[in-house]
Amino acid sequence: MLVFIIRRSMQSVVVLLIMSLLVFVGVFAIGNPIDILINPQADQIDRERAIAALGLDKPLWEQYLVFLKGALTGDLGRSFVHATSALGLILQRMPATMELAIAAMLIAVVLGIPLGLWAGLRPNGIAGRTIMAGSILGFSLPTFWVGLMLIMVFSVMLGWLPSTGRGPTTLLFGLIPVSFLSWEGLRHLIMPATNLALFKLALLIRLTRAGTRESLLQDYVKFARAKGLSNSRVIGVHVLRNILIPIVTVIGLEFGSVIAFAIVTESVFAWPGMGKLLIDSINLLDRPVIVSYLLVIVTLFIFINLIVDVLYSALDPRVRLTDSKG
Amino acid sequence: MRTVLPETPAAPAERAAESPFHRIATDFLSNPVAVVGLGMLMLVVLAAVFAPLISPQNPYDLSQLDVMDGRLPPGSKSPTGGTFWLGTDDQGRDMLSAIFYGLRISLAVGATATVLALIIGLSAGLTAAYFGGKTETVIMRIVDIQLSFPAILIALILIAVLGQGTGKVIAALVTIQWAYYARTVRSAALVEKRKEYMEAARCLALSPVRIVFRHLLPNCLPPMIVVATVQVAAAIALEATLSFLGLGLPITEPSLGLLIANGYQYLLSGKYWISFFPGVALLLTIVSINLVADQLRDVLNPRLQK
Repeated sequence: MLVFIIRRSMQSVVVLLIMSLLVFVGVFAIGNPIDILINPQADQIDRERAIAALGLDKPLWEQYLVFLKGALTGDLGRSFVHATSALGLILQRMPATMELAIAAMLIAVVLGIPLGLWAGLRPNGIAGRTIMAGSILGFSLPTFWVGLMLIMVFSVMLGWLPSTGRGPTTLLFGLIPVSFLSWEGLRHLIMPATNLALFKLALLIRLTRAGTRESLLQDYVKFARAKGLSNSRVIGVHVLRNILIPIVTVIGLEFGSVIAFAIVTESVFAWPGMGKLLIDSINLLDRPVIVSYLLVIVTLFIFINLIVDVLYSALDPRVRLTDSKG
Repeated sequence: MRTVLPETPAAPAERAAESPFHRIATDFLSNPVAVVGLGMLMLVVLAAVFAPLISPQNPYDLSQLDVMDGRLPPGSKSPTGGTFWLGTDDQGRDMLSAIFYGLRISLAVGATATVLALIIGLSAGLTAAYFGGKTETVIMRIVDIQLSFPAILIALILIAVLGQGTGKVIAALVTIQWAYYARTVRSAALVEKRKEYMEAARCLALSPVRIVFRHLLPNCLPPMIVVATVQVAAAIALEATLSFLGLGLPITEPSLGLLIANGYQYLLSGKYWISFFPGVALLLTIVSINLVADQLRDVLNPRLQK
């Protein structure tokens, strides 16, 4: 296990290096931030001073080396626009995105698994069919439009929930600002989280239903029934435990995608997270922030995948983590 | 969809009893939900193709617009005697006409991206499966890495790198989607490769190009058709999302996503129709494609054939 984790970590460093190079060179090609950031009325001397201050006068490879050297010490450059550390800017926004993503995943899991189980146990019942039709809709609805419609109904027409922002935050463990601890913050959180959860909810319903239907036909379920076990024990222990393995994998892998899709939800609800920062930075050509965001999210992805692999082996004794797998 | 089905190869031996096309068509039509989906999809495509003929006005001809008609609710009478069935936007543009024209752009971008991605993905996947070895390892490793990142993230990176514009959005969609086709066609081709007709073709000393395109490819098509249908819907949704974020198509190409984004600011003051109706059109398009894809998956699956 330890060997596996070490090997994977080393591979991750290589992936990160390649990504940083690709992103850095790629983002460099976007356009000229000088035209945007420097006052057009500035004279030549002012321009040159600003260019030198931002390090834009050096050749590309030298800029990359400077960036890489900084990256090793946790310094991913300074934001052109905010004039503060780019990494700091992202880390400052990260709790908001994480809170939103975790809330969305919770909604998807808490609703998705029971609904999927129900649809799987009674595939031809009215409830089962309705759940499945709903899940097709969940796949088809464009996230951003659902967000707009939620705002239209619950904020504009009914006036129940606030349409933008995060509301007041409370410090969790005296460190992390979160919304869910206060009633007002919770009211701000509920709509964006539901919006972000819809797609994953549909996915979890379909996955749980398919798993349930498959495992109901297995011999061990027939055997458990033949032993005279109660229905709730057969479903709760024998069926659920076996379908949980693929579900945990998907939840783990999808968590990364929830963070990525939060970009859209954050833009709709003006949620002050990393995703909104990314969109703003792309529009302003704030290169250090774009590069830092991408590196942070790639690191997150690698980390999540590693955790999923380890969890997978813990849940399913048949899986052995070997060198060849990494 | 309707143009793809007839291409399904008809084996001469089976034709005596019932042609595969006939069987597939009959099976497909046996599910009423799928028929509704197909009907909806046909209407959407027709509306997009004939947009200039059926639209009450040309929404981008400034001489036909009057700012005084701006933000009228659905059903309002226009001064020229017509009715704005779905209301007007801030420029006094008839929303129904704008949606027809928007559908056109959305469908065109989605279809173009899918066809290009299909060609690249097919070639890569078939190459990987046919030659194996190092070629296969390299191609499939790229596919694996790419598929481990969410589509929206790759799209945003590419747009950040390439810049904005219609061609660049299509390039981003193609870059995202080719991997799905490559993976699907490779797994299908690996199964087909071991069959006897492939051995026979090789024994006849046919050229690799001929074997791959005349023998291997047609037999790998059914799963590809299903993936392509799903991916058209995904491409349309992704383009709409990018356009909504202001990173997709330029204002000169107002797709459905851009129409929705345009109505966002008016939504908060209760003028829902500018965002609502383009969204409904987008939803109908995506749902109908997904319904058709769902049924195609069952119909084209050899394990479920009677």
